[in-house]
Parts: sequence; structure tokens; C-alpha cells
Amino acid sequence: MGLTKDYNTKIMTNEALQNLISLWIPELEFTEEKSQFLNITVQPEQLIPLMTQLKSNSETNFDYLFCLSGVDWGKELGVVYHLESTTHRHQLVVKVKTEDRENPTFDTVCKIWYTAEFHEREVFDFFGIQFTNHPNLKRLFMTEEWDGFPLRKDYVDEINMIIK
Amino acid sequence: MDTTPIINNFKSEEYQINMGPQHPATHGVLRLLLTIDGEIIKKVEPDLGYIHRSIEKMCERDSYQQIVHLTDRMDYLSSHINNEAVCLTVENALELEIPERVKVIRTIIAELTRIASHTLWWGVMGMDVGALTTYFYGFRDREMINDIFEETCGARLTMNYNIPGGLMFDIHPNFVKRTKEFIAHFKTKLPEYDLLLSNNIIFRKRMEGIGILTKEDAISFGASGPVGRASGYSCDVRKHHSYSAYDKVKFNEVLKTEGDTYARYQVRVLEMWESLSIIEQLIDNIPEGDFFAKTNAVIKLPEGEFYQKVETARGELGVYIVSTGTKNPYRMKFRSPGFSNLSLLNHIAVGGKIGDLVATMATLDLVIPDIDR
Repeated sequence: MGLTKDYNTKIMTNEALQNLISLWIPELEFTEEKSQFLNITVQPEQLIPLMTQLKSNSETNFDYLFCLSGVDWGKELGVVYHLESTTHRHQLVVKVKTEDRENPTFDTVCKIWYTAEFHEREVFDFFGIQFTNHPNLKRLFMTEEWDGFPLRKDYVDEINMIIK
Repeated sequence: MDTTPIINNFKSEEYQINMGPQHPATHGVLRLLLTIDGEIIKKVEPDLGYIHRSIEKMCERDSYQQIVHLTDRMDYLSSHINNEAVCLTVENALELEIPERVKVIRTIIAELTRIASHTLWWGVMGMDVGALTTYFYGFRDREMINDIFEETCGARLTMNYNIPGGLMFDIHPNFVKRTKEFIAHFKTKLPEYDLLLSNNIIFRKRMEGIGILTKEDAISFGASGPVGRASGYSCDVRKHHSYSAYDKVKFNEVLKTEGDTYARYQVRVLEMWESLSIIEQLIDNIPEGDFFAKTNAVIKLPEGEFYQKVETARGELGVYIVSTGTKNPYRMKFRSPGFSNLSLLNHIAVGGKIGDLVATMATLDLVIPDIDR
């Protein structure tokens, strides 16, 4: 039956994580306010170097991307990556934002975590965020001819939406 | 005598066929676009969205009490656990103290839900590979659980028993008695499952060694629940991020290392024993007290971001709320287990036969509304 396992493996503290990551890329924006995780906000061009390092470094070893969500903050569009390490069991949130609402583009992370392929298609479908180098970036749930991106805050559909 | 050599005019050729959206093995309206060469699968491309209802968009309009009711309609076989996930997120955000009684009752019903889901899965899994009897066995046992739910929650499938702060009403006076009856009944029936299917040589020949998923791939694809655990990946949220009353009970996380279809099958069957054990430990120890903690009629979450994960019958369900301090969430995201589990189907089905694909899909235990949301 089940193998005996220790469920209290040592977790790197948020402070230790912050110190380590600051060594790789200086001047990142860290915050623990209003969230149960340590949050990092990165510039789009820093995304891939940081993510690659987070996954491959043996101390951080963030091998599990458990959630990838698109968020429309009003002025900015962005993606939120929830990461966890299956060996060290620490968690981290990485956010990437852009103010370009016409043509928002980030690099894909689906080479690092395979699960991102579907999740990024979902984000593209609902927020219109492009992911460069994505192998199959097309709408996932909505039909190809659908106009607009429904989860954006400025999306209006007078027929299907009840607007208060 | 004519000595012309026989020329093979049949050349190998790839072509595409549709499986679904009305195929019985897709268990709902999922369409798979298969690229095949003869009977060998070259590519599986899922086409989603046939029952997409944009629950995430609806959540932005609704109050937190209303949102709970929408989550039933995602993974309808884990409806209680979905409700619990939203309630826990809201309660944690409000820093509400939840009575012990609520935690224990939630855990018992969640485990009953898991057994109900797994018995249904076991029934249709057998049917998918050609054993119709299992369907009736599975539904017979699930019926007893549904009767318990009907009495206590007022509904058999979409239960809506959880509210932010506790439970809709107290348990029915018969709840404890009938749950114990079910445990006694199911303990005699579960070995029959093994006799009928698990050790059946025809069944095992179809299941063993196909649809193999390695541990590294399982983690990378975000597999969770029995799909991940069958590949030796310890991913039980009840153990790693304990919630409700799971820290008070002893149970094993069922792990297999083979990663094939049969391992996923075994994990689910063994998990039913663990669920029975959890219910047994709790059913006589339901603490007295209130069945809810008082909340305001209008719930406003503080500004910030909240995340909660729970273990549904299919795996890890995550609820992500971005709140701006109003009575509606600013953004709500459900990380559904089926969505990630489906994404690895192409990876494990390529190179196999169409018949193997049916067996592999059956052990992924997909529920389409959970994927489409």
C-alpha cells in the first residue's frame, strides 16, 4: 500500500527565497502583503531567465506549476504563475504585467512546464494575451470566430451578458 | 507460369477521425480529433468548449454565497468538495473561526462523495472496456450514498450543503446510522470489485503496460489526484496542505510506481478503502456544537489575493480569488484537476491503439464540465 513518507519536509522560508532570487536578478519587486505567498513581479523580458532558473536550481526546484491565470487589472493585463516545489514544498507566485492592451505579448513557459500549453491557450482565449513560441496558440473554449476576449473588464456583450 | 512479384499496393497513410462529442467513452461532450495511421494513434487533439458556461465570468457578478452554487456544476461528482473549496477560501480570507463540528461533518461528506465518485467511475470504467456488470454494481453502492445525501443535504448530486461559515443545516438524525450501515455494506462489496475486475485476466491484459506516464512528466503536466499518484508522485492535498479535519485522522496516501492504466485503476480502488477508514474514525466522534459560524449577510472579502487547494475525487482543485474589497470577487479562477489531466492525454496515448485510448481515458476519469467550466 502507501509508502511511508515524511510530509513535513523542510521548507525554504520566504526570506531565504527572496535572498536567493535577488542574487540572480537584482531589483525585482517582492511583496508578501495581502497574499499568503511570496509575490514577485517581473518585467516581460525577465520572465524566461527567472522561470528557467527557478525550475532548474536545486535549492528552489519549482517543478510544479499548479495554477496559471490571466488577470485584467484595469490598466494592465497580466499573467499570474503559482509555483510549488514537489521536493521542498515551498510556494511562490510570479506575476508579469503589461500596459499594452492592444497587443499584449509574453514568452511562453510551456517548455519549462508542459501544463502551461493548455493554460496559456485558455489565457489567450479569454484575455487575448499572446505567447511567443507557443506551439499551438489558438482559442481553446470559444469558437475561432468569436469577437473579443470575454474575461477582460472592458468586454461588452449586450446579448449574452446581464449588465447591472 | 507468371512470376511477377506481388507488389504491395497498400501504403501507410495518416488520416483524421473524430471521436466524440457524442462518443460514449468521452463521458460527456468532449471531442477528440485523432490523427491515426491504421489503428495506431499519432496525435490526439482535444476540442473543448461544448459546455463552456464561463463560470469564472459569472463569479465576477455574483456574491460569495451565490458562487458556491455555481461550483456544483463544475465537477458534479465532487460537488460537495467544490463547495468546500470556495467556502474555505472565503473563510480563510475573513479569518473566520469554524466550529469543529463543521470541519468533521464536511470531511465525512467529502469522503462519502469521493467513494460515490469512485464507484461511479469504477462502473463506467468497466463498461468502457466491455464489462457491463460493473456498471450495475457501482450504481447499486452509489445509490446508498446518494440516499444519505438526499436525507441530509436535500439533494443527491448538486448538494449545496456548504455555505461560507459552515453548513446549510445540521445533519439528519439518521445520518450517523445510515453512514454506518453503508460502511458495513460496502466493506463486503468492495472485495467483490477485486474479484470481478481487478484480478480478471482479460481486464488486466487490456490495462497493464499501456498509457504509461512517468513521474517527471506527471509533475510537469500538473497531474494530480489518482493520475499523479499512480506514477509515484506524492500529490495528495489532504496530506501536503491539510484542511478541514484531515489532520485529525490517520490514512495512507495510496502510491503506485508503474504509472500505467492499471496502476491508476488500482489507486482509485485502494483509495476507497482509505476513505472508508477516514469515515470510520470520524463518524462516532462528531463534536457537539453549532453547525455554522455567523457571517454578515453581505460578505465582503478584504482586499488581496486568496488561494485554496483541496483534493477532489479527480485531484487538486484550486480556487484563486482576487478581491478589491467589494462584495464580488474581482477575478476568480478555478484550477480544475480534469483540465491538467486532460492535457497529458496526447502524451500518453500516442503510439497506442484506439482501444487503448478508450481504456486510458477511462482511468483519467474526466468530467467534462470540470474541464470546460
